[in-house]
Amino acid sequence: MPDDKLAREQKLEGMGASRKRKEDARFIRGQGSYVDDIKLPGMLFGAIVRSPYAHARIKSINKENALKVPGVVAVLTADDLKPVKLHWMPTLGGDVQAVLADKKVCFQYQEVAFVLAQDRYAAADGADAVEVEYEELPPIVDPRKAMAKDAPIIREDIADKDSVGHGPRTHPNHIFTWDAGDKDGTDAVFKSAAVTVREEILNPRVHPCPLETCGCVASFDKVRGQLTVYLTSQAPHLVRTVVAMLSGIPESKIRIIGGDIGGGFGNKVPVYPGYVAAIVASIVTGVPVKWIESRIDNISTTGFARDYHGVGELAADKDGRIKALRFTAIADHGAFNSHVSATKFPAGLFSICTGSYAIPKAYCRVDAVYTNKAPGGVAYRCSLRVTEAVYLIERMIDVLAQKLGIDKAEIRRRNFVKAEQFPYTTALGWTLDSGNYHVALEKVLKAVDYEGLRKEQAAKRAKGELMGIGISTFTEIVGAGPNKVCDILGISLFDSCDIRVNPTGSAIARLGTMSQGQGHATTYAQIIASELGLPSEEIQIEEGDTDKAPYGAGTWGSRSTPVGGAAAARAARKIKEKAKKIAAHLLEVGEGDLEWEVDRFRVKGNPSAFKTMKDIAMAAHTSNIPDGMEKGLDATEYYDPPNMTFPFGAYVCVVDIEKYTGETKVRRFYALDDCGTRINPMIIEGQIHGGLTEAFAVAMGQAIPFDESGNHLGNSLMDYFLPTAVETPKWETDFTVTPSPHHPIGAKGVAESPHVGGIPCFSNAIVDAFAHLGVTHMDMPHTSFRVWQQCKALGLNKR
Amino acid sequence: MAKKQAVSFKLNGKEVDVVVEPRELLIHTLRERLQHTGPHIGCETSHCGACTVDMNGMSVKSCTVLTVQCDGAELLTIEGFAPGGELHALQEAFHLDHALQCGYCTPGMITRAYRLLKEIPNPTEEEIRYWMAGNLCRCTGYQNIVTAVQSAAKKLSAKAAA
Repeated sequence: MPDDKLAREQKLEGMGASRKRKEDARFIRGQGSYVDDIKLPGMLFGAIVRSPYAHARIKSINKENALKVPGVVAVLTADDLKPVKLHWMPTLGGDVQAVLADKKVCFQYQEVAFVLAQDRYAAADGADAVEVEYEELPPIVDPRKAMAKDAPIIREDIADKDSVGHGPRTHPNHIFTWDAGDKDGTDAVFKSAAVTVREEILNPRVHPCPLETCGCVASFDKVRGQLTVYLTSQAPHLVRTVVAMLSGIPESKIRIIGGDIGGGFGNKVPVYPGYVAAIVASIVTGVPVKWIESRIDNISTTGFARDYHGVGELAADKDGRIKALRFTAIADHGAFNSHVSATKFPAGLFSICTGSYAIPKAYCRVDAVYTNKAPGGVAYRCSLRVTEAVYLIERMIDVLAQKLGIDKAEIRRRNFVKAEQFPYTTALGWTLDSGNYHVALEKVLKAVDYEGLRKEQAAKRAKGELMGIGISTFTEIVGAGPNKVCDILGISLFDSCDIRVNPTGSAIARLGTMSQGQGHATTYAQIIASELGLPSEEIQIEEGDTDKAPYGAGTWGSRSTPVGGAAAARAARKIKEKAKKIAAHLLEVGEGDLEWEVDRFRVKGNPSAFKTMKDIAMAAHTSNIPDGMEKGLDATEYYDPPNMTFPFGAYVCVVDIEKYTGETKVRRFYALDDCGTRINPMIIEGQIHGGLTEAFAVAMGQAIPFDESGNHLGNSLMDYFLPTAVETPKWETDFTVTPSPHHPIGAKGVAESPHVGGIPCFSNAIVDAFAHLGVTHMDMPHTSFRVWQQCKALGLNKR
Repeated sequence: MAKKQAVSFKLNGKEVDVVVEPRELLIHTLRERLQHTGPHIGCETSHCGACTVDMNGMSVKSCTVLTVQCDGAELLTIEGFAPGGELHALQEAFHLDHALQCGYCTPGMITRAYRLLKEIPNPTEEEIRYWMAGNLCRCTGYQNIVTAVQSAAKKLSAKAAA
């Protein structure tokens, strides 16, 4: 009965179904449980006293007046944290960072003191009343000046260290130099190449700015010696390990609870001083302590991204076939290297910068330096440093096309890795597992009538109007990662899933990842439903409570589906193997006589003899199982991915620019994404809408400017651009499906692709509008003012 | 510290009395005294709209309203949208049209959309985008929010016509 089969399949709401989200029920009622919603008996509130200077010595801290403020309980400084050795903490980048400033401050808004009070008003009053005397020092704001001979030394605490975890240092403000590829071979190609192009390309300092800021509630139970922390973390297990290392509390007595998280986008991966200060305060006072960032604190101090000052160079033949790539960047990591990166990849996955193209020789190098700015950085809706890498290659291929007068779609066709070349190992060492770039590009060009657009553009140019067509054909790298090469603080970047099937056939699965809005409770259940033939509706998903979930590295770098999703599928398959043995026993046949069909094992050739997974779940809890078999139907998987996954896409953006004002209208944005096997198309589309909107934000408006003294010039939502519904373009989405060959279900990860691929697409469209006038590059963000400046420089704004 | 003041208002139809400092913000009163944690704090400068509540028939950002300004007011928060348990058309539409991801902006979004549909029962897409511009969302890109408001509008109009 095939109809019956289809009905049973649909009932599972497994992979491929646009299943409605299980998370929504609480959120639409205002019943989410975010960290600032947590209220514990006797809880105190912490506020941080921050430095007004980017670089200064602390001469004295006077707490007296603060302690007189009604409601203030205590004021903690570095000196108070010293006896417990918690005034400094290790960073995820292999450096140390001051929890509370120790003798000097190295960036504006740095944490200097922590005021504990009975409510947030008293805490703020107390913070205002702390008197700190500073002696200003000359700051370094421009990373390109950080390694000058006479540059002031930012980090006196490590001035004499030869290395901060990533190889030799050549200057007190130098953090590391990292490179990949064949330098000499690449240089040789450049020397003899028919054509070379070079461009300086900036990825400015930006901030992921999730709508919920960072915060925590730390609660130390002195009697039991147990520490519970509700904390906005994308990686609760890693936080638990760091807290154990820091505090000396056995890790088994530390419980980190993620709860509901109001967006992360990379901001909520690191461990921040505010968390540690709150934890110490709770340990000292024995009562719960809450610390919640203000928006200004958030943009100023936690989780900046990018600040990569790049130089891109390509060498090619006269037909535009790229022969070599040379990309370098100066990376501004701020005052402490709290860069989130796998130990062996201090510049993240920057070496994905060969993109979707078959480039025979390549070399890349990143020099990271300290400056008097907030420490970091984080990966803003991308894998580590992938936006920077993809931005460089997708901009540079356009620069090359312009130099040679080749169409920007055509130059991509000529350089793509061809479908038959996969798996393809790039000149910088990544093995792209799968791809089908030509098909994706042609589908998009056809959908937008690319030729028609170019004709329209030519006509507009003849009339003196500005219209730009941007193309981006990117390859992402997500799912960190293969354990041989990927670790943080020595811990491999595996992820995990623990599934328990109940006697009546429902199940609970717990994972080491952590949703911040991605809809894991919905999609993981779909994977397990398809694997086990149990309805997703009856599969409960739990994450983020370290007492319950198995250890995992959390959710960032689009690793949930590639690693956590793989763990879920493989744990389910372990269960299925056991279930098959039970089915064979119940049906009194050999395992080889059974075949799987939707939700049941049936006897080959006799479909009326079957046992459903629900039947088997019950049997697994009775004595009617094979001799010697353990009871229950549970499994745990710790998944070590054999490779990264490589989602890709082809995007086209069409803009019209008003030359008298510099205003840009995004007329059309067409995004085709290939994330391999699609688990929930509705959620995928939602992720793409969101990623494109964040790409729009970065390309068109986001930057954190500083003056020469290191003062922030825009750290509230008054200045920092978050697009509203009015300026956000309407998105058109499309897809192809090229499954990952090494992933258990062929999925690749999707949420970051639109951000990574979208940013260069906007920039390419803007530059394309001016390309006929000889413009080859314009730095982001493309605000109206900056676009107008370009118009003015070209004399276009004259009436 | 200034002298505390007694303030009375109606919150989701129920009379509430609080005693607050003159400087206390409505969002803190709602969240910390009255356990209404649906409205959220996102920016504290009136830009993000996560704290949006309906006050006397107008949307306000409760992070920049003093509680003492609310004496005698009628307030509606997300907690008042499903009295008796039946979801409001907007709540249902946000779910069905996948108009939320992390959920942090959702209570403010729904509360703002409620006011929009009270003023303009059948808004155009342009009107929706304009009316919702004081509420930021970092996850959805707004497209599905617009769709959800449209489908709720349809449903409410059909209900009103019936």
